[in-house]
Amino acid sequence: MAKTTGIVTGIVSNLVTVLVDGPVAENELCFITLGGDSLMAEVIKVNGKNAQIQVFESTRGLRNGDRVEFEGKMLEITLGPGLLSSVYDGLQNDLTTMEGVFLKRGEYTDALNREKLWDFTPLAKPGDKVIAADWLGEVKEGWLPHKIMVPFSFKGEYTVKTVKEAGSYNVDTVIAVLTDERGEDVPVTMTQRWPVKVAVRAYREKPRPQRIMETGVRVIDAFNPIAEGGTGFIPGPFGCGKTVLQHAIAKQGEADVIVMAACGERANEVVEIFTEFPELIDPHTGRHLMERTTIICNTSNMPVAAREASVYTAMTICEYYRAMGLRCLLLADSTSRWAQALREMSNRMEELPGADAFPVDLSAIISNFYARAGVVILNNGQTGAVTFIGTVSPAGGNLKEPVTESTKKAARCFYALEQNRADQKRYPAVNPIDSYSKYLEYPEIKAYLDETVEAGWVDNIAKAKNIVRRGREAADQINILGDDGVPMSYHVTFWKSELIDFCFLQQDAFDPVDSLCPIERQKYMLDILLGICDRDFDFADYEKCRDYFKNMINTIRQMNYSEFHSESFEAYLAELNNLLEENGN
Amino acid sequence: MATKAYQKIYTQLEAITKATVSLKATGVANDELAIVHGRLAQIVRTKGDMVTLQVFSGTEGIPTNAEITFLGAPPTLHVSDQLSGRFFDAYGHPIDGGPEIEGEERQIGGPSVNPYKRRQPSQLIPTGIAGIDLNNTIVSGQKIPFFADPDQPYNQVMADVALRADVDKIILGGMGLSNDDYLFFRHSFEAAGALDKIISFVNTTEEPPVERLLIPDMALTAAEYFAADKNEKVLVLLTDMTLYADALSIVSNRMDQIPSKDSMPGSLYSDLAKIYEKAVQLPSGGSITIIAVTTLNDGDITHAIPDNTGYITEGQLFLRADSDSGKVIIDPFRSLSRLKQLVQGKQTREDHSQVMNAGVRLYADAQNAKTKLENGFDLSDYDHRCLAYAKEYATRLLSIDVNIRIEEMLDTAWELFGKYFSKAETGIKNALIEKYWKA
Repeated sequence: MAKTTGIVTGIVSNLVTVLVDGPVAENELCFITLGGDSLMAEVIKVNGKNAQIQVFESTRGLRNGDRVEFEGKMLEITLGPGLLSSVYDGLQNDLTTMEGVFLKRGEYTDALNREKLWDFTPLAKPGDKVIAADWLGEVKEGWLPHKIMVPFSFKGEYTVKTVKEAGSYNVDTVIAVLTDERGEDVPVTMTQRWPVKVAVRAYREKPRPQRIMETGVRVIDAFNPIAEGGTGFIPGPFGCGKTVLQHAIAKQGEADVIVMAACGERANEVVEIFTEFPELIDPHTGRHLMERTTIICNTSNMPVAAREASVYTAMTICEYYRAMGLRCLLLADSTSRWAQALREMSNRMEELPGADAFPVDLSAIISNFYARAGVVILNNGQTGAVTFIGTVSPAGGNLKEPVTESTKKAARCFYALEQNRADQKRYPAVNPIDSYSKYLEYPEIKAYLDETVEAGWVDNIAKAKNIVRRGREAADQINILGDDGVPMSYHVTFWKSELIDFCFLQQDAFDPVDSLCPIERQKYMLDILLGICDRDFDFADYEKCRDYFKNMINTIRQMNYSEFHSESFEAYLAELNNLLEENGN
Repeated sequence: MATKAYQKIYTQLEAITKATVSLKATGVANDELAIVHGRLAQIVRTKGDMVTLQVFSGTEGIPTNAEITFLGAPPTLHVSDQLSGRFFDAYGHPIDGGPEIEGEERQIGGPSVNPYKRRQPSQLIPTGIAGIDLNNTIVSGQKIPFFADPDQPYNQVMADVALRADVDKIILGGMGLSNDDYLFFRHSFEAAGALDKIISFVNTTEEPPVERLLIPDMALTAAEYFAADKNEKVLVLLTDMTLYADALSIVSNRMDQIPSKDSMPGSLYSDLAKIYEKAVQLPSGGSITIIAVTTLNDGDITHAIPDNTGYITEGQLFLRADSDSGKVIIDPFRSLSRLKQLVQGKQTREDHSQVMNAGVRLYADAQNAKTKLENGFDLSDYDHRCLAYAKEYATRLLSIDVNIRIEEMLDTAWELFGKYFSKAETGIKNALIEKYWKA
């Protein structure tokens, strides 16, 4: 079938109007010929014979009359062994193999190394009946078993005709031949292609999340846990530690595969990942962090339209690994930049705007995207998960703006970073009262926590939250009436909340011990803190009360900085118990 | 930019707004320049054979039968070592009476650096100002703006910083500079005898606002020439980015685009990021550091311009008049350098970050004491000491007229700690206290 072609008839920045001579599809990929370059673009609106396309590159020098060729498919990426530890741009070009210091327009590089040999082990045998996403074989990618699957795009049932014997092959080797229902043979290699904007649905079912994903960050794991296969978002003004928190989650998250999408953010932050991650060790496996990480990098100065593609590319890679029965974590920083890219296009297309000039379907786009996360039960009964955490950069730090509001409807966990806490250097600056995790209401998660942490854990969390809340109320009273104007009990209530805040909610992301706090240690510490809060204290004046609690806080913080149950940890614990004997009962 | 003989001349404008003109033309390229009635213009939209041009110097007096010729290329700058010491307008033409520059003609607003090829910024840029060097250390390859109300002396501070910084080239991009400020920059550069390492692109308030849109790209194209081709350390000064953003909103408004927050165009974030992200540490050793000015309206950082800037830049330096010391200081609370930990204690003395934190924390205690005082509560002895410390700290360290080496800043801080506080009150690690404490 001949390809549809067209000619450029209008240009506004990266929105180009094309007069086409044949059928085109929404989101179809096309290439514009400009001198010797060909610029990738995507159809975003069709009106009669006029297709409007967003160009993923600079349109400088483009002329009316330039030729456009349509590809008959949507924006696709290549899936196969070698995705991990790669650094891609939003369109899955390998940034590490590009020549020169500056990005060149129209330069597209291969996503996978075509020469590298992988040790293949067959998992299927001739005669097996298979459907899309069934496992045909396996290669070792780092330490992960990378499954070679029946491509997601295959419809219906196939019979395995042949499978390659164990051996070393490159990704383009035909590792199996399948026979379809009409008796035709189809070769399968180690790679497949998938359109990024379409969710992969090659699984049996998508149950509710059953367990939590540990991050080692106390204010998340204990106070507002995120489920494995769950969704969460972190809104916050600039300078509140959004990036530090996200990097902490990336370093410590309990997942097999991490995909980080740097979407419209600072290039130097990505450089930090390149510089740091290869040195860092995954606390769960002892392997290099980079081995389980893929970085999708579309920084703020890279072409705007590819920002949108970058988050979809990242999600598709997660879904691919999920189909292997792995637990994936997707971090996107920041989804606001993606929404702004949508706004720029909508504006150029002269669509009627919604709030703050964002497109009216912003909310639907965001919730569709969040819906792609989740736990799935694969065709073979195993499970895989994609956990998604996005950051949001609300304009002016005001959470009543369209991106935050739309995301709030879609994400189940909300980690509100607060300017006030950041100013007081109370990091992570997650507001303990406003933030929430809907997963704490799930009976299956409750049961999981009862079993794996301790019975009644969720109630303990509620209790701790309430202590913080009451402390805030007491602080308000003290501020209004003065230190001497309130009964001593107000001071004690206030300092109990400070105890929880300083010793549990605050955590030093740069300290080698404190930065990663496993859940059993979180439980141990919270039990101690709640034990203290249950006691009654008696003080002659508020300054004594302050000094006593400050002393106690200092001792417990030293515990946080010491290895769990180490000699110094136990010494500080003894010191704490001495303090408690001095006062309170 | 002479017109070429074979070029077609158009004489029929279909539409004119304050910033743009539209006409029927064919075979023209996006971003291409044109001369409209003797004025430089650039294509911003084509729709069928209707072409819209943004006229940089405004459309006043342009008739519908004006002559239009297309130049066949986007804006360019001739780059060579001859740029050094020269002053140019927004189009890259000399305004100092000197000859035109000979050299390679480069399109401005070129491609970005591949993020994978960047290096982590790691070179300290000392400025002599303790509010910067001590509390918000700047690193080469960083991008950081001054946030200042229009009445703050931000241009003076920036000139000081530029002249003291240890860099190979300083490139000034002046947007909407008052003529007085332009002359101020020129005189201070001349007086410092540093003219040969300075290049200036200037649009003054006397010139049309839309011309400003070319300034950052001109300055950064020159910067990229010295940083990437010559492996030099380049410092780019951009003042005032708020006026640049205002010019963006004028053009988008004339093109009937729907404004977003604060009547700024929806693409403001990308537009600003394209400029600031040119700051880079290159693998070859060359670097571009950007220090900009964003003027605020009554300290409001939630306005779209400072807000978007804050999300793009690596921190901000907040200027404020301080009533305790009667000086303009760099506010330690609202200022931030995101890259400071890359050099503090590594290229500076080991006690740097602890001294910085202690200094700021004690200054914060002084602010609390001040609030107590204002609310009529009794002050403790500690409160009184904090207040006295704050005054001296602001005068001797935070004030923008300070010019000392980083070691002296640290020593001054230790002197103040010893004068007003006990060792425990500073909360500094014992090992450092033993080594540096001044009784």
